[in-house]
Amino acid sequence: MTTTEIAPPLPPVGLLPKAREKMGRRFAYGFLILSILPILVGYAWLIIATVSFRTEGLLPRNAEGGIGGFTLRNWDFVTDAAIWNAMFNSLLIALAMVIGVGIASTAGGYALSRMKFAGRKGFLSMTLVLHAFKAEMLLIAIFFVLRWLGDIPIIGNFIGFNSVGGVALVMIALELPLGIWLMKGFFDNLAWDMERAALIDGASRFRVWWQIMLPQVRPGLAALSLFTFIAGWNAYLVPFTFTIGTKVANMPVFLNQLISDTAPTNWNQVAAVGLFQMIPLLIFFIFTQELLLNIYAGGSKGS
Amino acid sequence: MRVEIKNLSKAWDGVVGADNINLDISDGDLVAFLGPSGCGKTTTLLMVAGIYKPSGGTISFDGQVVNEVAPKDRGIGMVFQSYALYPHMSVFGNISYPLKLQKVDKAGIKQRVQKVADMMGIGDLLDRKIAQLSGGQQQRVSLGRALVKEPQLLLFDEPLSNLDARLRLTMRGEIKRLQSDLGITSIYVTHDQVEAMTMADKIAVMSKGVLQAYDVPEALYDRPKTLFVAGFVGNPPMNFLDVEVTGSDGEFRARSEAIDLVLPPDRAEKAAAIKGKVAMGLRPEDVDLVSDASPGAAGLTLGGMVEGVEPLGREDLVGVSINGVEMRVLVDKTKGVKVGDNIELAVDTSKIQLFDKETEQSLLWA
Ligand SMILES: Nc1ncnc2c1ncn2[C@@H]1O[C@H](COP(=O)(O)OP(=O)(O)OP(=O)(O)O)[C@@H](O)[C@H]1O
Ligand SMILES: [Mg+2]
Repeated sequence: MTTTEIAPPLPPVGLLPKAREKMGRRFAYGFLILSILPILVGYAWLIIATVSFRTEGLLPRNAEGGIGGFTLRNWDFVTDAAIWNAMFNSLLIALAMVIGVGIASTAGGYALSRMKFAGRKGFLSMTLVLHAFKAEMLLIAIFFVLRWLGDIPIIGNFIGFNSVGGVALVMIALELPLGIWLMKGFFDNLAWDMERAALIDGASRFRVWWQIMLPQVRPGLAALSLFTFIAGWNAYLVPFTFTIGTKVANMPVFLNQLISDTAPTNWNQVAAVGLFQMIPLLIFFIFTQELLLNIYAGGSKGS
Repeated sequence: MRVEIKNLSKAWDGVVGADNINLDISDGDLVAFLGPSGCGKTTTLLMVAGIYKPSGGTISFDGQVVNEVAPKDRGIGMVFQSYALYPHMSVFGNISYPLKLQKVDKAGIKQRVQKVADMMGIGDLLDRKIAQLSGGQQQRVSLGRALVKEPQLLLFDEPLSNLDARLRLTMRGEIKRLQSDLGITSIYVTHDQVEAMTMADKIAVMSKGVLQAYDVPEALYDRPKTLFVAGFVGNPPMNFLDVEVTGSDGEFRARSEAIDLVLPPDRAEKAAAIKGKVAMGLRPEDVDLVSDASPGAAGLTLGGMVEGVEPLGREDLVGVSINGVEMRVLVDKTKGVKVGDNIELAVDTSKIQLFDKETEQSLLWA
């Protein structure tokens, strides 16, 4: 047996180690707080503004210019049917996107990851390249496509120009390259053996995909669904371009309609609508926080 | 079920996985595919399973060509090295999955799963999640899932290589017993030759996609037909020495700069006809330490210096340098051989193997 030598602790330099650690932590927190300060101030303003008559910086002012002026007048819009309609449209677009992108990405991602077919390589690189095209560049072309779709009898009313379905369709298409690549990555990480075992156990290829492979990529699908939902909920450019009037407007477009060119804009009301738009997302986040942390920390859990 | 493999090949643009394999497996036999990593064992097995499409050749079950039959219709069960269990299902869910797909009624499923699970010793784990099982238990579940549909043919792809040595030993015995009790024809892929030797009725030795030999274990060990088989089967591996075999007046000798041995005529005859060097194979266990009590006969011994000693428990694996040629031999531990000792070894020349260095074929059994 050898004797173990314990190294003597290093003599303290300047501050005691404990004090030094404390200093370090303070510095770290100070830095973090400083860097998120602009965002915090922004949110603080948003919240204060929604319940104020008028604001000057972060200070609420009443009509006479003194501090105060608390009011719920900015929230009057909640009794307006138009905003509930916009919210419903937002929800419709977001959900349609989650479903459409989810199905197409998991099916496409699986095929690209696992199957050999002509044009597979070309398709993969094409989707990447196409993803680099911003939606703005495609707006005019998409306009013609939607007009053409709108001319199809009956279903044209649901997926053509100036329809919620049309907007959702365009948004799904724009989101798909990312979704397919993401899901392909998740499928690539799965071992072949499980799939082979299922084929031998008597499953068809479709059943293997549905019953065996999909459950393994659930965390990835959850993350993709979340991103897609947020993208759909906040969609502005596409709905703004391809819808007219308030009937098919979603929340961001409705918000924009409040900012009129002719009448003076009530910024406090705009702030309130903005906050209102965030509420569903906030609630969603609060309830799925744990699940989301799992996705990022653990990936697929278990063996 | 009888399995016939004829001229079976698999290649992926340029990469050869299996090259013209011919193999007949009798009903109820366990055949081991043995070979180094990358030699095409898994490739061949997956073709039998129907997962890979052969590039050429046929696979027949009981005389019926099954090349175009889907995996699920081949009546096979398979156990993977990675277990390949479905992690989102319970143990019961895993074992019952094949039966559910066969649309067996609920009561039937329950009864059959319980029976198989009890047989595998995991009857009380049916409600567990897969992640809550040890490696050995997972492999039992995997075996249970393969057995539950009562397959005609069982395929194993290195099922034990992820388990620790002790468990491997137990499972090896259990699988062999199960297989022979149930009488299911089996193919067992392994690169562990002890596993192959102890479990298999016949062993198919593969190398670089080519079937090198297909025979019963003893034959591969005693009568290896190629240099590769001789070197691969047996642990510790056979020693090879380059010698020239000459014969005159009915006495045959194997000579090189390092050694000079008298060989039995029945072994040496064919080698003597070859001009130049041949490869002589000598297993580590076919030598004896010469002592005063048991002196070696003249011309049947080799002298050398001990360069290394690896204790294996009952025996020592001794590295000897015989006039500069390295050999590894097994010596009884009680002899107390030490590094630096000069020792004399009596060779059992009736066990010697001889190979043509060009063709790598045996000069005894080809
Ligand atoms: N899907 C594939 N595409 C291309 N080459 C492959 C494929 N599968 C196997 N190979 C190649 O075929 C050869 C045989 O592989 P195989 O998996 O059958 O080896 P193995 O004997 O099972 O080895 P191990 O003991 O390491 O599992 C290897 O050279 C391998 O690289
Ligand atoms: Mg393998």
